[in-house]
Amino acid sequence: MENGILALVFYIFSGIIVGSGIMVVTLKNIFHSALFLVLCLFSVAGIYILLSAEFVAAVQVLIYVGAITVLMIFAIMLTAQLYSTSVRQSNEQVIPGIIIVVTLLVVTLVALSRTSWRVVSQGIEGQTTISIGKALLTTYVLPFEVVSLVLIAALIGAIIIARKE
Amino acid sequence: MNFSIILPETFLFLWAILIFVSDFFTKEEKKANLGYLSLLGILVSIFLLFSTGQGELFGKVYSSDALSQFFKMVFLLSSFLTISVSIDFSSKIQRHKGEFFALILVSTVGMMLLSSARELIFLYVSLELVTIPLYVLAAYLKPDPKSAEAGLKYMLLGAISSAILLYGISLIYGITGTTFLNEIKTRLIVDYLQIGPIGSGLFLSFIFFIAGFGFKLALVPFHMWAPDVYEGAPTPVTAFLSVGSKAAGLVAFLRVFFDSFLVYNFDWVTIMATLAALSMIIGNIVALLQTNIKRMLAYSSIAQVGYILVGMVAISERGVSSVAFYTLAYLFANIGAFVVAIAFELQTGSSEIKDYSGLSRTSPILSLMMMIFLLSLVGIPPLAGFVGKYFLFAAAVEKNLIWLVVIAVLTSVISLSYYVGVLKEMYFRKNEEQVKIRIPLGIRIALLICIIGVILIGLFPNPFLDFASQAALVFKY
Repeated sequence: MENGILALVFYIFSGIIVGSGIMVVTLKNIFHSALFLVLCLFSVAGIYILLSAEFVAAVQVLIYVGAITVLMIFAIMLTAQLYSTSVRQSNEQVIPGIIIVVTLLVVTLVALSRTSWRVVSQGIEGQTTISIGKALLTTYVLPFEVVSLVLIAALIGAIIIARKE
Repeated sequence: MNFSIILPETFLFLWAILIFVSDFFTKEEKKANLGYLSLLGILVSIFLLFSTGQGELFGKVYSSDALSQFFKMVFLLSSFLTISVSIDFSSKIQRHKGEFFALILVSTVGMMLLSSARELIFLYVSLELVTIPLYVLAAYLKPDPKSAEAGLKYMLLGAISSAILLYGISLIYGITGTTFLNEIKTRLIVDYLQIGPIGSGLFLSFIFFIAGFGFKLALVPFHMWAPDVYEGAPTPVTAFLSVGSKAAGLVAFLRVFFDSFLVYNFDWVTIMATLAALSMIIGNIVALLQTNIKRMLAYSSIAQVGYILVGMVAISERGVSSVAFYTLAYLFANIGAFVVAIAFELQTGSSEIKDYSGLSRTSPILSLMMMIFLLSLVGIPPLAGFVGKYFLFAAAVEKNLIWLVVIAVLTSVISLSYYVGVLKEMYFRKNEEQVKIRIPLGIRIALLICIIGVILIGLFPNPFLDFASQAALVFKY
């Protein structure tokens, strides 16, 4: 019974993700696209909650919904040409694009359905935040630190590219 | 844990920060000193590399072994040569000269970390550290639309290839439940013995890995970005991309495939061999049609990756050691050819092959050097490229990949014609208006290192081969 409800919730969230994802790439008004992106990323957070990964879900909401899309909406609203005008989101290559994407989708689905996945019967005991924190500062401390180097490089790079002469 | 083994990278990154900061206090006309400062940092890092030992950190996330040391040497050398050339190139880079050197150093740190990565998350993060500075560097001549195009193209396609690689990583994690390369191998074997074949998900993940790394290597059919980016980017960056970035992709490729996927035959060898053959054929044939030397070298470097893969698909100790050895030989010859092109471009503002006509009259030494570099790329004895190709092909013949070697030899012959095309312009065309190329100090140093490298490795390959075979011993075959 419980599994049935979980499956139902999963399919609802997945439906919202796919639907709003399609809206993001097809809508003519780019502001509306950004709003649908918020919905899409929110539903991904829902999936994380469903997997009892509450820390990842919170991060998803804070960073993707809270920071990134808000920043995008700011950028759109500050760019007079983009805001409230309709933008064509496709070009001549839309048909070959669709063919390739559909082929990739079918191949991926077939391949993934024929795979034996490693299923873990038991989730992590207690809060995942604790285990993530421990992992980040022990085994994974090196990638964790290198991410900060990547951020520095990206920051400096963005300034160099974007700065006016 | 012995943290000293990560010292070369740590030092180089701090040095890059030092360059970023001292840029504030340096007058515009003295920015070249920052370049010399960066060179000093690289020399110290090379010294640290050979004075610190080998070992593992954080339960095999990071491991410093013979393979990583070999490739770190390749990265540091290519970054040294690039920066040394950029010092003189900075008349073309009008802004942010200090950051230019520092970004090259940051990218080098990424490459060094990548060559030590034995865990997929760390591998991915290091790969990003390699490419993000490169996106910026490709677009460095922002007022030039070609450079801006190069940066944008490289970034968009690079982001897509990273996403594909990440998808591959997530699939392999779903199948094995681990991101450690050696652990993936054991679990794949155990699962195979216990429950039989894992299914096509593993194969899909493997294809995604090829696509992700193939982009970095500019392997056919993931090579479409290379000519445009190579042409538009500032030429020292192009040289760095064609050697440093490629070697970085290569070492990640070696780690993942030889550490994890070398489990049971699901015919990845056939796929890789096909891609190698395609790279050699398409790279060499399209290079024939190029009139711009940067585009020509771009296609030639696509073909060179094909040759390198010939050694890789042999899946033997000899194969991997010849891959490492050839990378070193390719480093000197390819960067050397680019350095000549940079010297020429600085003086004349052109990188069209036809403008090289009559160069042997006005600048005989430069022309001779160009000849040596190009002939080494073809694989003419007694230069480094010949020895390298010989070992690559020998390793493939040992494993009965005769068809691949036949293609490799035939395409080498094709490649002769476009390399010789440049030589023909320089030596047999007359051009009364050809100028004498002035060679500034940084370029002089780089040329000297490259020419010594190409000739020394060609004449006395043994010490380098020993080093390369030690690197190959890292894997079990």
